[in-house]
Amino acid sequence: MRNPNHSQLIQFTDKGFYCPQGDFYIDPYRGVPKAIITHAHSDHARYGSEHYLCHRLTKPLLQLRLGNNHYQAVDWGEKVLINGVEVSLHPSGHIIGASQVRIAYGGEVWVASGDYKTENDGLSQAFEPIPCHHFITESTFGLPIYQWKPQHEMYAQIQQWILHNQSNQCNSVLLAYSLGKAQRVIEAASVVAKQIFVHGAIYNSQIALQAAGISLTDVQQITPETPKSALKNAVIIAPPSVDGSPWLKKLKPYRLGVCSGWMQVRGNARRGNVDAGFPLSDHADWTGLLQAVKATGAEKVWVNHGFQSVLARYLNEQGIEAAEVKNEFRSVPTLPSTTITDDYGE
Amino acid sequence: MENNSQPKYGFSAFASLVQELGDTTKNNEKIAALQAYFKSASDKDKVWVIAIFSGRRPKRMVTSTQLQAWCAATVELPEWLFSECYHTVGDLAETIALLLPPPLEIGSTTLQTLFDYLATFLLLGKAEESEKKEFILSCWHHLDTAERFVFNKLITGGFRIGVSQNMLVQSLIDVLQIPSATIAHRISGNWDPAKTDWATLFADPTNGMDDSKPYPFYLAYPVEDKWATLGSPDLWQVEWKWDGIRGQIIKRNNQLFVWSRGEELITDKFPEFSSLLELLPNGTVLDGEIICLENRPNEVATFTTLPFALLQTRISRKTISKQQLAAAPVGFIAYDLLELDSIDCRHLPMKERRQTLESLWKSRDLNKSIAFYLSPTINATTWEELVAIRLQARLVGSEGLMLKRVDSPYQVGRKVGDWWKWKIDPFVIDAVLIYAQKGHGRRSNLYTDYTFAVKDGDRLVTVAKAYSGLTDKEFVQVDAFVKANSIEKFGPVRTVKPELVFEIAFEGIAASNRHKSGVALRFPRMNRWRTDKKASDINTLADLKQMIAAYH
Ligand SMILES: [Zn+2]
Ligand SMILES: [Zn+2]
Repeated sequence: MRNPNHSQLIQFTDKGFYCPQGDFYIDPYRGVPKAIITHAHSDHARYGSEHYLCHRLTKPLLQLRLGNNHYQAVDWGEKVLINGVEVSLHPSGHIIGASQVRIAYGGEVWVASGDYKTENDGLSQAFEPIPCHHFITESTFGLPIYQWKPQHEMYAQIQQWILHNQSNQCNSVLLAYSLGKAQRVIEAASVVAKQIFVHGAIYNSQIALQAAGISLTDVQQITPETPKSALKNAVIIAPPSVDGSPWLKKLKPYRLGVCSGWMQVRGNARRGNVDAGFPLSDHADWTGLLQAVKATGAEKVWVNHGFQSVLARYLNEQGIEAAEVKNEFRSVPTLPSTTITDDYGE
Repeated sequence: MENNSQPKYGFSAFASLVQELGDTTKNNEKIAALQAYFKSASDKDKVWVIAIFSGRRPKRMVTSTQLQAWCAATVELPEWLFSECYHTVGDLAETIALLLPPPLEIGSTTLQTLFDYLATFLLLGKAEESEKKEFILSCWHHLDTAERFVFNKLITGGFRIGVSQNMLVQSLIDVLQIPSATIAHRISGNWDPAKTDWATLFADPTNGMDDSKPYPFYLAYPVEDKWATLGSPDLWQVEWKWDGIRGQIIKRNNQLFVWSRGEELITDKFPEFSSLLELLPNGTVLDGEIICLENRPNEVATFTTLPFALLQTRISRKTISKQQLAAAPVGFIAYDLLELDSIDCRHLPMKERRQTLESLWKSRDLNKSIAFYLSPTINATTWEELVAIRLQARLVGSEGLMLKRVDSPYQVGRKVGDWWKWKIDPFVIDAVLIYAQKGHGRRSNLYTDYTFAVKDGDRLVTVAKAYSGLTDKEFVQVDAFVKANSIEKFGPVRTVKPELVFEIAFEGIAASNRHKSGVALRFPRMNRWRTDKKASDINTLADLKQMIAAYH
């Protein structure tokens, strides 16, 4: 018999996902003695824990964001025993270093997906489905209207837009989350722009990743000293929080593009002064979610982080037992308006 | 975004145009996109584009229920999931465009131009449902996402892309090389895009073409505080601002036409006006306001206005019974003369047009009719006097004052400078939020459509719905409150803990038996969020009834 204690291997508590047998948390909302961190986005990696376990590529990013703490870095697939519970991390394809957490105890296997995307973006290690009994999936884009075009098509759209702006003597400002999305947009833009300017937040992420040995395009930080003459027909990547801020003024004349899965719906793209919306996401689309869930072969699916009720209901109707992760304590982090100003991973 | 790829033709060019218009909020960019389109598109397609953007779209050939069902079946989704998608997107045409699988056979169709599509719509208008379905599914299969969106918009009706008549006119000047006022005139009125070609549409109308053709309306700007800078009051003709629907009455070639500002021919809805066929000379065009009113017996040429809600009962009906005529009597308050003796007199100064209008009134004995009135002018020598008079507006059933420069011509569209509206401040009440629903368009992910209630004893009664007046940031905060404080979910509607108090402003109030509360508010909107107030501080139904009593 699996898991003789008969309690859930992962419980949903007010501090986050908790494993009672191992006495550790996954992406806790508050400080705990032992935290496993799936990835470095601010809605997953929070301050105040005594001990952090994460992937080796996530560690420098956590250091950048949370400062010096007690970090334990592991490789994908490396098995760690915590109070008799076997823990390992596996690529989730979301951003560089992003991992799923596999937990095995008494013959039962749980996998917490963290944030994931099923398309290989060429920068993050590609998503790998992990067979398990219980799968906790995210559902940020858990509606069938969210079906992404392949990355190369989105890149081509962004490149075309930049060229078009250049022919109109305009700068191209692209808003993208500083960690993950920005690196992809930089790669896309570097095909048509010799030099890429970035906001300080993105510069810091880029430098930290390069220092960790990841080969990325070199970028130029915009500082108060950057002369306006340098910014002519330029490409500038900035986090969404600059939207509407005076920081943008210096970049005139410019066109503003937003790179986010939320741009799939025209109404969201038309918010504010946005000139173009590019639905480029670091999360799985509807098809990706369904494929991932099926590939785990899980007998029970827990749906979290987004359109929980929709995806759970749909899976149940498809004959896959599913339930929503009910969590009163967590704000819903997936609305465009709240995430667009914050540096969440969407 | 795709405006820089290779040139597109026919329907795809139109789809790109719609996308470009939707992608920008800047009027000059919209005009540039239209100009570029008009330069390259075929005449046949251009006629349809003018028609569609000026509200002359073909009748919808299918219902949205049919479309939803066909789409859900095509993509094999349960109905509830389709509805979730629709609520998130907020637009049926877009929802369908996003849900359909990638196109199979792009371009493999005999339909190429916008004209072809519309001709097919018209052809299929009365066809069997199965035939329509087959056509629509085959179009879905070969169109790309952007084209499907536009296609769906066309078959369901309803483009809201912010192209005003003025912008349309501006963008046509280049290709037509005729003055904008002339273009505006040619594209207004009663013409059928299926039967009109480009040359005829812009031909000189004095060759006796269309007797019904109205002039574009001149619209006033809100004056706000600028009245203090308008110079001496004698430079201005001052009138009451009437709260009805703007109308133009035309008599040409022994026919009478009544147009609303929405360029809708509404002659048949107002049999009261048919006597003008006798009273007016041929070649006359009047501008004025249609309102519900009662003649004051024993007083020549005076009237009492009736609530706007009554007028709505008249507009919404196709045919009007004797009872409705009696219950909601309508009159025309004339305030301008645009054509006399078949001569366009819009270039004459306001003062002269008014004088001519007054002599027409006299010579034709129009003041004896109970349905026609000259809009009274108000004489005042100082602005202080006018400020005081304006405060009386509600008592005469008006919503403020109109200021028209006495030496100004009658212009086209909304132009700043010569006509101002000076409305009285709205009514306000405090009410509590009790239901919320997700918004549409750009707010499709937020709860932004609200229903508000006031107190009636210890119960709450709903009195208004509103979805405008808050900043984006406030909407986000209210949205978060709604999500955290839902008592019940009822389809798309959430019942919310009655806690948030808002100041609701509105333009008018009337008794209504169509509303549970017994009152109907006109143009309600959120003035501000009263974070300083608690639900116990809100207004009562009795307060509202008092307002009705005070102003009627
Ligand atoms: Zn996340
Ligand atoms: Zn993330």
